[in-house]
Amino acid sequence: MSSTDAILALLSLRSRLKPLLRGLGWLPLLFNAVHAQDDDMIFSHFKAERLEYEGNENLHLFKWDVQHWIGNDDHKLWLKTEGDYSADQDIFGRADLQMLYSRNIDTFWDFQIGARRAFEPERTFDAVIGFQGLAPYFIEVDSAMFISENGNVLGRLSLGYELLLTQRLILAPRVELNVAAEDIQYRGVKAGVTEFEAGLRLRYEIEREFAPYIGFDYVEEESLREHHHSLRAVMGVRLWY
Amino acid sequence: MAIQHLFHCTPIKAKMWLPPLVKAYALVVAFGPSFASADTYHLDISEQSVQLIGKAQQAVVANRGLPAPTLYWREGEQVNLQVTNHLQEQTSIHWHGIVLPYQMDGVPGISFDGIAPGQTFTYQFEVKQSGTYWYHGHSGMQEQQGLFGAIVIAPRHQHQTADRDYVVMLSDWPEADPHRTLARLKKQNDYYNFQKRTLGDFFADIGRLGFWETLSDRLAWGEMRMEPTDLADVTGATYRFLINGRTPDMQGRYLFKPGEKLRLRFINAAAMTHFDVRIPGLKMRVIAADGQPVAPVDVEEFRIAVAETYDVLVEPQTEQAYAIFAEAMDRSGYAHASLTPREDWLAPIPTKRPMTLLTMEDMGGGHGGHERHGQSGAEATHAIHGERLLPEKQEGQHTGHGEAAAVSGDNHAGHDAEPNVEQQVHSGHASSAPMDASEPSVPSHALLSYQQLKSEQPEHSLMGAPNREITLRLTGNMNRYIWSFDDIKYSDAEPVRVKLGERVRFHYVNETMMNHPIHIHGLWQYLENGNGMYNPKKHVINVKPGQTATVDVLADAEGEWAFHCHLLYHMDTGMFRKLIVEKAGYVLH
Ligand SMILES: [Cu+2]
Repeated sequence: MSSTDAILALLSLRSRLKPLLRGLGWLPLLFNAVHAQDDDMIFSHFKAERLEYEGNENLHLFKWDVQHWIGNDDHKLWLKTEGDYSADQDIFGRADLQMLYSRNIDTFWDFQIGARRAFEPERTFDAVIGFQGLAPYFIEVDSAMFISENGNVLGRLSLGYELLLTQRLILAPRVELNVAAEDIQYRGVKAGVTEFEAGLRLRYEIEREFAPYIGFDYVEEESLREHHHSLRAVMGVRLWY
Repeated sequence: MAIQHLFHCTPIKAKMWLPPLVKAYALVVAFGPSFASADTYHLDISEQSVQLIGKAQQAVVANRGLPAPTLYWREGEQVNLQVTNHLQEQTSIHWHGIVLPYQMDGVPGISFDGIAPGQTFTYQFEVKQSGTYWYHGHSGMQEQQGLFGAIVIAPRHQHQTADRDYVVMLSDWPEADPHRTLARLKKQNDYYNFQKRTLGDFFADIGRLGFWETLSDRLAWGEMRMEPTDLADVTGATYRFLINGRTPDMQGRYLFKPGEKLRLRFINAAAMTHFDVRIPGLKMRVIAADGQPVAPVDVEEFRIAVAETYDVLVEPQTEQAYAIFAEAMDRSGYAHASLTPREDWLAPIPTKRPMTLLTMEDMGGGHGGHERHGQSGAEATHAIHGERLLPEKQEGQHTGHGEAAAVSGDNHAGHDAEPNVEQQVHSGHASSAPMDASEPSVPSHALLSYQQLKSEQPEHSLMGAPNREITLRLTGNMNRYIWSFDDIKYSDAEPVRVKLGERVRFHYVNETMMNHPIHIHGLWQYLENGNGMYNPKKHVINVKPGQTATVDVLADAEGEWAFHCHLLYHMDTGMFRKLIVEKAGYVLH
């Protein structure tokens, strides 16, 4: 099955699910009488920004960064998950799932509020408040503040940019910052920047929806116990529908 | 007057796009009942497989034709149109530009309930006008799926005579299901733009303009989060551009004999595409806009916005094939057919021109110092034409017309719509000389502008102050692909209410970077272009990026009318209003 077929299959699945989702009426915006035009339509957008292998001589990881929203122009339900898995050690690294209600508050911005369930390395449950959107100069921003059950405050900010080498060959630098407001002894978290990631990916859009890429990531991790930094090669695919 | 609206085409090609039965039917429609004085018309709306992009796709069509059959009416005729829905979904037909009782206008949810599957709806009204119009579906995306056809109404009193009379119907045909196209735009608004500026363009601009100038330009656009190449939301990346339902590969042909006068009725039935139309080597005399006669203007080229119609006269003198060439405004593709004295002669495809970038002026920002891109659209090309009406000796430079691009490089850096414009002007001059000599009274222009449209008939009620002025801002959120009036989508908006008999002056203030062809059903819009009571009346007014257009609307027809941008995906995402014209003391809803 070619990539296009795969996308088409996903699309047809989506269009079959859509009437069902409409019927469920899970958001107070669903029903609209038959008009000449229906500008309050529900759309759903699945986007795997990163599905990749990342590694160097010591380290082999599979990483994902996936988001999915469903809703109309103003109100959306947003799911986000990211994490990594080490096949060598059969363990998950940072892995979580967020479920957010998202409200369009400005031309380019959504305000998001909801909950996060972190699975690994430790199960936690956090409240989430964030902003997602497009900053001037086309900088993609995804930011969130997490407040744990114990009242600990953590933050995450990621910034992305796209530079067109050609209409389909795109160089995408990206920075992600994870911070903690204070030391969290039992988790070994040290106040300040707990993780810094800077990467560069070169992707080729075979279709807009399907783009394999290569690149590298520089990662720095800081905890109460140790400090790591490493350079890793990445190879993966970006896909959406 | 001989009316010939069918394409002459090779049998193989004909089979490819229309079964013979359809041709037979079309003939019946054209020369049978509808052209005779009989006044009942039948349109059967159904799904049909078409082959336009090399694979079978489903279209929604009327009488199994794409485009639907041309309807020939007479001014004063009482038409009776029976439209039967053979689809699984609701359908409707809207008679575009036709003045009629609002219940017959054909907009589901506004003027009637739509036509349910299996049902027949009978439209009945008196034809009170003449000229070139069209009809199209107003349900879902059916217009984009092939449901459109031409309307030609013979006037009670003949104005212009022509030896041949042809409909030239332009449209855009998508590769994907239109609902998917919309979904893609919602998820990534620049999905179809494959002409964005790249790193290479950045360095090229540095070479041309210097580093700081280039950087400040990029920063200005970046600050707004917009792209100057954003001329069209849906482009040739998915569209094939058609003339009378045929791609350029299908080689549509219009026949003529040298010396004849031809009337070409251009109709832009595209869902999303403005076209720049020219017939290299021939001067076009514009005689009607949106069906209404205007004082003749000779032009080399005109831009036809979505849903507009223009009638032009051409008089080819030489035994050669001419290209009817309609480039998409963003230059991402073109429609092409041949105007030819012989079935087996095809016109060459003219050199395509590079796209024009939007400027800060288009954004309404008025930031100075950005003129280098040339002004947008019409003016830019106009200016270029102006400075390029050069003596014939210049022709010598252009041996090898094909490589004209190389010629312009040095002297004309910065102007985007270059080299073969020049070619047009020259060839145009050569062949049009006799016409100029015989009728010197008609001014000649390189490119038609709205300023030149002047109604043939005066409308006295345009004099004096209007009863009311309404400013309507054309707004949008390109990033989320939401379009609106006054920042309010149709589903959240109250109708616009005016009183029967009022003259309302609308100011359309375009705050976006896109062109918006604004259409009011059932009422004329008199474009305020400085001609007083000779201001032209139109059913569609194209409002350019960052500009304001003023129109007078005589609210002379009671009822509930649709009022919207005619770009299908703009209308569908909210750039739409209900316009209610009500008698004093009587409230419609
Ligand atoms: Cu529009």
